[in-house]
Amino acid sequence: MTITDKTADVPAPRSGEEKSGRLLDVKDLHVEFHTRDGVVKAVNGVNYSVDAGETLAVLGESGSGKSVTAQAVMGILDMPPGKIPQGEILFRGQDMLKMSNEERRKIRGRKIAMIFQDALSSLNPVLSVGYQLGEMFRVHDGLSRKAAKAKSIELMERVKIPAAKERVNDYPHQFSGGMRQRIMIAMALALEPDLIIADEPTTALDVTVQAQVMDLLAELQREYNMGLILITHDLGVVADVADKIAVMYAGRIVETAPVHELYKRPAHPYTRGLLDSIPRLDQKGHELYAIKGLPPNLLKIPSGCAFNPRCPKATDICRTEVPPLVPVTEQDGAELPGRGSACHFWKETIHG
Amino acid sequence: MGRYVARRLLQMIPVFIGTTLLIFLMVNVLPGDPVRALWGDKPPDPAQVAQIKHDRGLDLPLWEQYLHYMKGLFQGDFGNTIAGNRPILDEITQAFPVSMRLAVMAWSFELVVGITLGVFAGIRRGRIVDNTVTLFTLLVISVPIFVVGLLFQLYMGNEWQWITPTVQDSEDMGQLVVPALVLGMVGLAYVARLTRTSIAENRQADYIRTAVAKGLPKQRIITRHLLRNSLIPVVTYLGTDIGTLMGGAVITEGIFNVTGVGNLLFTSLARREGAVIVGIVTVLVLVYLLASLLVDLLYAVLDPRIRYA
Repeated sequence: MTITDKTADVPAPRSGEEKSGRLLDVKDLHVEFHTRDGVVKAVNGVNYSVDAGETLAVLGESGSGKSVTAQAVMGILDMPPGKIPQGEILFRGQDMLKMSNEERRKIRGRKIAMIFQDALSSLNPVLSVGYQLGEMFRVHDGLSRKAAKAKSIELMERVKIPAAKERVNDYPHQFSGGMRQRIMIAMALALEPDLIIADEPTTALDVTVQAQVMDLLAELQREYNMGLILITHDLGVVADVADKIAVMYAGRIVETAPVHELYKRPAHPYTRGLLDSIPRLDQKGHELYAIKGLPPNLLKIPSGCAFNPRCPKATDICRTEVPPLVPVTEQDGAELPGRGSACHFWKETIHG
Repeated sequence: MGRYVARRLLQMIPVFIGTTLLIFLMVNVLPGDPVRALWGDKPPDPAQVAQIKHDRGLDLPLWEQYLHYMKGLFQGDFGNTIAGNRPILDEITQAFPVSMRLAVMAWSFELVVGITLGVFAGIRRGRIVDNTVTLFTLLVISVPIFVVGLLFQLYMGNEWQWITPTVQDSEDMGQLVVPALVLGMVGLAYVARLTRTSIAENRQADYIRTAVAKGLPKQRIITRHLLRNSLIPVVTYLGTDIGTLMGGAVITEGIFNVTGVGNLLFTSLARREGAVIVGIVTVLVLVYLLASLLVDLLYAVLDPRIRYA
């Protein structure tokens, strides 16, 4: 059985196409999960965008809604219980939420691909990696089994898996963690998509392998001029590869900034807290800073700014009014492109 | 792999000897005397009884009888029946193909219908299909098989006359369909439930999410990615069930008068024909052992993480 898609009718050219807006533009996205205990508001009005060749890092604690946003973009949310009551996800100017299931399926894998966190559980344990890689070509391009296998070997070589030819028929459990993650990357890359979403691609790996995998990902991204959304909670990984950062908290973006500016001058107390909790060599012997408290329960998000119960700077206004994401400027009012903060006291935080 | 199979085959020898010995002993402690039974209600002649017992070696000590029996067995001689003095092997070879046909039909029925129902229920967990399947299988499991059998016989055979109430010709596959249906009913329910649980669980697995993210069509995700991972517990059940179906058809064969192994087992038990019982059980033990070996080998085919050395 071979299932072939005719994807040729979807306009594809990467270079020199008419600019119909950005590669990906997420506008006011809301995602909620209807559970027995109530409605879990996982994403509450997220806006972000990615251009070709650009890397957006989405930063946040577990439960901040960063993965759910990505899954909504990918169209792999379980619906129900998941629901998208509001928002738009524009891919090359087209709202994917209005597309039919079949249209979205054709975009998945071909135009937008995803790399998952735990490659061992994310690869099918009973199918050989060659089969799983080849499936991309067989399903989307209608290649024969044999041609797909040749392509798989090529792909495995691309992601620098040694002895690809001999290993193409091996199963996921026969590879090391780093190699498995490379296979995940190869799978996402197979059809040279326009956008790759990497959901904590290095979390399950040890540090040396992390660096290798990130380098590989960055290299391939440059080569294919792909947009990349990097979801992570590792500030160290972000600094090297990202162009811009969006920090998420309780389903909202609380700060956006070009990568180095964020490290230099955070404009939100939460970001500041995150940066302060990175262990530093010059602070050896001191107690490591930690943001007090726990991430909020998404069933009942605190009123006002969701971060207020944990925020050292919280005042009454923080408990009543939700701060919008406002542009951040220099003290003299000069614009800081790409910067925004959702804090009532962003001025004090960045300049104070 | 070859070594593994060889080891498993060698392991069968003690199991085989153990089970035959056990059955042999158990049959011998059953009350009643098959030789005396030859006279029916009339008082038997003690001299003749002793003569027959001596001819058949039934007066020897039990362990010697067992040794004789095993010696014969290895030469393909299952002994003769006490009543009629016919070779037991003939009786078994006559009954087995019938039961085999019945079992294979019931088994295919379990396999095809059970897995199909299970897949649909598992994918639509919590919906109407799922609830219907769950309820139906619960009903089938809780109602004893003789009730189902007698109901089928009553309605299909007597009321609506779709079939003859009992099987006239046990060689005729067509007549065996309804008995096979009855026989496979409980297994079908278990297969459906096992498949359902397994599918529902694996549907949440990360690799299914990956398969969706790859943009694969739904049908392919189910058949290639979901089903294969979900079938392992089902295969275990189906494998061992083939043995149960062959030997455990006593009730079904009784209701529909199928002259298979179950029937033979029942009449032999009634007549205290110990040698026949031991003979049948011997063959069934072999079927069981081979089936479980086959299941274990199938594991490795279904799941490459399992390797035998």
